[in-house]
Parts: sequence; structure tokens; C-alpha cells
Amino acid sequence: MLSRVADSIYWLNRYVERAENVARFVDVNLNLLLDAPPGMEQQWEPLVRTTGDQAMFKARYGEASAENILKFLTFDRDYPNSIISCLRSARENARSVREVISSEMWEQVNSFYLMVNEAADVGLLSELHNFFPEVKMASHLFAGVMEATMAHTEGWHFGQLGRLLERADKTARILDVKYYILLPSVTDVGSPLDDLQWIALLKSASAYEMYRKRQYRITPQGVTEFLILNREFPRSIQFCLIEAERSLHCISGTPTGTWRTGSDRALGRLRSELDYLTIEEITERGLHEFLDDLQNRLNEVGANIFSDFFALEPV
Amino acid sequence: MLFDAYDPGDFFDELFLTQGQPRPEADLLVKRVNALSLVDLQQRQQAAQNALFKLGVTFNVYSDNQGTERIFPFDVIPRIVPGHEWEWIEKGLKQRIYAINCFIHDVYNEQKILNDGVVPRHVVESAPGFLKPCMGLNPPNNIWCHITGTDLVRDKDGTWYVLEDNMRCPSGVSYVLENRRVMKNTFPHLFAAMDIAAVDDYASQLLETLLNLVPETLINPRVAVLTPGMYNSAYFEHSFLAQQMGAELVEGRDLVVSDGYLKMRTTKGLERVDVMYRRIDDDFIDPKAFRPDSLLGVPGLMEVYRAGRVALANALGTGVADDKLVYAYVPQMIRYYLDEDQIIPNVPTYLCEDATQQAHVLDNLDQLVVKATDASGGYGMLVGPHASEEQRADFSDRIRANPRGYIAQPTLCLSRVPTLIGDRFEGCHVDLRPYILYGQDIYVNPGGLTRVALKRGSLVVNSSQGGGSKDTWVVRSIDPNAQLPIQGGGVKE
Repeated sequence: MLSRVADSIYWLNRYVERAENVARFVDVNLNLLLDAPPGMEQQWEPLVRTTGDQAMFKARYGEASAENILKFLTFDRDYPNSIISCLRSARENARSVREVISSEMWEQVNSFYLMVNEAADVGLLSELHNFFPEVKMASHLFAGVMEATMAHTEGWHFGQLGRLLERADKTARILDVKYYILLPSVTDVGSPLDDLQWIALLKSASAYEMYRKRQYRITPQGVTEFLILNREFPRSIQFCLIEAERSLHCISGTPTGTWRTGSDRALGRLRSELDYLTIEEITERGLHEFLDDLQNRLNEVGANIFSDFFALEPV
Repeated sequence: MLFDAYDPGDFFDELFLTQGQPRPEADLLVKRVNALSLVDLQQRQQAAQNALFKLGVTFNVYSDNQGTERIFPFDVIPRIVPGHEWEWIEKGLKQRIYAINCFIHDVYNEQKILNDGVVPRHVVESAPGFLKPCMGLNPPNNIWCHITGTDLVRDKDGTWYVLEDNMRCPSGVSYVLENRRVMKNTFPHLFAAMDIAAVDDYASQLLETLLNLVPETLINPRVAVLTPGMYNSAYFEHSFLAQQMGAELVEGRDLVVSDGYLKMRTTKGLERVDVMYRRIDDDFIDPKAFRPDSLLGVPGLMEVYRAGRVALANALGTGVADDKLVYAYVPQMIRYYLDEDQIIPNVPTYLCEDATQQAHVLDNLDQLVVKATDASGGYGMLVGPHASEEQRADFSDRIRANPRGYIAQPTLCLSRVPTLIGDRFEGCHVDLRPYILYGQDIYVNPGGLTRVALKRGSLVVNSSQGGGSKDTWVVRSIDPNAQLPIQGGGVKE
């Protein structure tokens, strides 16, 4: 398969997944704020911090008001990671590989883009609580259409790889939102407010019901363990890494548990470390520090995929 | 009864002899359409347009970076070519393509036709499409122009003429295929009752034409379509043809010359490309051999090509035959290489480089069409009768300054086909571009793209200038016992 084509399918999926996750972590924050007691200061700045694009936000908007941040993350056409920009990039990538992907995939990403574009033209921030669920659903639809209409060959695996790595990274960031928001004073831990916040967090990852089935009580440790180490829940980081690794090995042809390329090694190593980690160890080290390091390691995997498959130079 | 009010007027109409009197091949179509209400027909028209948009049969508009795709307007009333007439056209096109191919091979090799003075040497050597680096090239089977889209027009008296040859990268064939697909849904009963020549094997024929270029010893040759990229106006077609043939769609940045071969960058390393259907002009294809500023091509490709390690369709250098001054000599080529008379005539052409003819052109600018010899697609031309005094003065100056650069032709009154505009039929001018493939034999796809000028009275049919398209039906016979629905019914029959 052409490197450019593989690269486009990979990014098509990353961008769709990214748009979905931006919708998710803005949504969790909206929900958290709704539950906050009146008078409590609204915390929006942490959202920008989790994207890692604070400098750009400062330069373009200055004040970290709710309105500015919502605009920045959803409809700002000049900010490359806003929902609208993600969809534009996803569509461009899809358009350049239309003869490789199924026409149903193209149609879905195209109507997804048109839906977001229309919302952006209207630009009503008060309608966002309807908009975010629509974005999530459109993204699920895309993933489902791809699953059901594209042959599960090399190109499909590149798409999976893109989607799962992106999701692992963004689940880590969603967890981080909680870290920034809480800055818990000791007295808050375990309070009803704290509990509500963890529930909102689970809901934002569509994880609330699945979590309940696994263990009744909602505890900080339980939630973080579920979202990081669970092997069966499709938005947990470890699930994403396991499935991403499976696709990577289908592409490279290397048996699982061994490595030949840099990507095999970087991803395999990360996945196996998580296999043997406990949540106690993570907490001991510091959740934020752990998530930060995880994101760096995921970037490293991405860089390896780029040099192993996409950036081929003739000898 | 929609056609009752349609007046073909003082034009050659492709469907009607006179008002209320359809041509025999169009009779059934006219009956069928007359059985529909206006609303029904409009719905069918809308449904066809929607289907094309959904299929993604679009062209790109450069200046607009938000929603860059537009649909090429489509009209549901087809143009009909009677079978016997088509046989004659097919014969004429085969003759022409064969002769022009001989000519291209000759001018890049022995140059017999130039040495014999049949075509003046300076005409060829001054043509911008004549590429010195191609001298001595021997493409497989000596075939240069594998894919051609010849533009034909019909004058007021119904005479067919060849307007242009388009030997470089003619586009539009994807519309032929997709228009037909949509039309089968629009008028299924007519397709059942009439023997309309099928067009669907174009992609298979194209693939065979390309595979014909690799030596038989090569097992599993790799075929690729080279596109300038998704911002090109014909990108849909490049992508469509690659998909229909199962070929790889590549851009210049996917390709590299390595170990003396053309290779593409894949996730498993570099892989050889054996045949390439290139949709990039000669000038841009290799920055080392031609335009150094080109980012679209592949540095070093020319060397690989010259060594015979990759086949290109069309061959490099075919653009020489697109020059409008060279075009004027096609009758002589046919006589020279085939010892035959030209079947489909050229449009009478005045050569501005000849002093006498130039004087005539300058005296009659208000009646002639002047064309730059190196332009195409409706650019660089003056339609005398529709031009202002100023424009004509401007072209006079240009012709005097560069006589080699211009030819002139009489303004043809193009034939018309009824076209649904708003709530009625209007006669709109059309041309016809059949697609011809030269592989083992010469194959002419039956029909071709009928382009229609949708602006009232306009003679310009190009998509960039407000043109649309119609399906073209080559009708071989009609079932005399055909039963058609009398009433219109829903959107589909």
C-alpha cells in the first residue's frame, strides 16, 4: 500500500476520533459545572491546558472565559485541533484516498463534516449541549461504517491504529481534566461533590454503566483503574493499546511479543508495562505524572509509525 | 406534451427534423417524454443531479477552499446519434488517430514527412508541444497516443467536423460512464426498447490498452494513474478511473527513481511501477528534463522512460499534434501515411502565418473565430461575431505580432439539442467528444461526452464557462413492438 495512502487513512481516523474526544472533554466540563454549587468559580482554563495549546489560545483570545474557550475548541477554523478543523482535515484525508476507502465511509465523513460546518456557521454556543452528542454519534457511525464496509486489510489496520492511539491519548487527557479541576483540598476528597465529579467523568467516557457493572462503588482509584488498566472496556487506555498492537502486528507481520520495527518495540513495551502495573503504583507515582509520561510515550509510538511506514526515503 | 411547444428553429437539431417531427431514432424518446408531466420530468432531472452529486461526480473549483466541489450540470434529455452515422464517425476517427500516430512517431524519428515537405519543418519545430528531448524515442509498438478525446462539432447543415484532437490528457470520460449509469435509472424502459450501445467497458478497454504496453515476460505488472493531486479540477476522474481499473492512484511525491526504475513509496518499501497513465502535462512530468519548477512530476523519469523501463500513456511529446497549426495539416498526413481521403473533415482553417490568409483573416475578424495555436479548453480565443471592437483590435495586434501563434476558422453554427431549462425546452448548442483508445487495435467508445452550452445562444460548451453535459445514445435499432408506459407515474418508471 502506498505510504501516502496509509498515512491518510491513519490520520482520517485520528482526526475523527480527536473531534469526538474534544466533544467529550468539553462535555464533561459542562456537566461538572452544572453540578457545581452556585458561587463556585467556573474552571475553564484547565481544558485549554489539557490540549497543550495554551500559547495559541492566549495569543488569539487572551481571557480564558467560558465563551472564548468553547469557541476555540469547537468552531475556531484557525485552530487546528478544534472540532471543525479536525473534521475538515479528516475530510481532506478521506478525499485523497477515496478510491481506497469504501464510498460509505466517504459519505459518512462528508456528512459529518457538513453537519459540523453548518453548526459552526450558526455558531450558537447555547446549542452545544445538543451538538456534542451529535458529534459523538457521528464518530461512532463512521467507525461502524468502516468496520462493516472496508476490507480488514492493511489500510483498515492503519485506520484502527490511528483511531486507537488517538483514543488512548485522549482518555489520558480526559482523566487529566479531572486532575486540573479538582486540585482537591484534603477536605473535598470523598465529599458528595467529589463523587458527582467522578460520575461525570465516567459518563464523559461513556464508562459509567460499564463501571457500575464491574464494581458498585465509585472511588477515585476505581475510576482511574477502570479507565487506564481495564482490558475489556473499549475506551480504557490498556484496551486501546492491546488492540492497536494487534493491528500494528497485522501490518508489520511480526509475531506479537517480538519486534522488528521501532513501532513494534515502542508500542509493545508500553503495553506490556501496563500489563503488570497496579493502580496503587500509579497513584504512588502521581496520576498526573503518570499520564504525562504516557502521553509522551504515545507520541513516541506515533513518531515511530511515521518513520517506519510513512516517511520512506530511497536509499 | 412538453415537446409540442418546442421549436428547433433555423438550426440543425439532433432530435427533431422540424417542429413536432422527431427524427426516426428519437421518436420513442419523444413519445416517452411527452407522456410525462413537467413536474415529473423536473423530478427526474433533480433525481439524476442528486445521484451524480452523491456518487461524487464533481469537479473542483480552484478559488474556493471551503466546499471545493461542484457538480457538472446534467440534462436528462440525451443526444441521439443514429447507428449508421456512428459507424461512419468511428471509421473516420480510427483513420485520423492512426495517421496522427504515424505522424508523431515520424517527427520524433526519421522525419520523412518533413523531409518530403508535406508538412513544413518550421511548423513542427516551432510548435511548443514539440519536445526535443523526445527525439529518437521508440515507445512500445510505436504507439504514442493511447488515449484521445477528439472534439467533433456539427454545422448548420449537419456536416460533422473535427474541431480539436486533444492528444495530451483529455478528461471527461468519467462523466460518460456515470451519466449513463444515472440515465438507466431515469429511462429504464427506453433502454429496454432501444438498442443503445453500451459504454461500460471503457475501464476494461483502458486497462487492456495500458497492459498492452508491458512486455509479456513481465508477470504481475504494476499499473498506476498519475494525478497532480486532489486539488486538480479532474481529480474525481483520476480517482474514479484508478478505482475502476484496480490501479494505484499516485502523485508525484509517491514516486521516485531508484536503481534505474520508477518506484513508488509503499509501507513495505519501494515497489516498481511498470505502466503509468499520466494525467500531468509533459512540461511538468520531470523537472530534470522539462520545467525545473515543477513539483508535480518525478525527477529523472525521462531517463527511465527513454531506457524503456517504464511505459507512459500517452507517450511524452504527443502534444505536438495538439498544436492548431499542425492540426491544419492532418488531411495531408492522412494522404501521406494512408493514401486515403480524410473521412471526417477538418474545420476550414486559415493560417495567419501565411500573408495572404492573414490579410483575409484581418479583414473578416467579425465573422471568424480566432484561436491561439497552443491553447485549448476555450481559452485564448476570439469569437468574432460576439466580440467587441476593442477585442477585435486587440487580436489584430496579437496576430500581427505573432502570426505563427494564431489560426482562424469560420464561426460554425453548432447543432442543437432540446434541453430542459426551467419549465420548458430550449435548443442548446452541443459538441461531442468521443474517447478513443489505441492499444492492440483502435477502440472507439460508442457515443462520448456531449457538452452543452447552457447559456442562451452561447457557443462555448466548456465546464469552466457554464457548460453542462448530456448522455449520448448511439442507437443501433429500435424494437418496433416496444410497450412504453403511457402515464408518467412516480420519479422512476
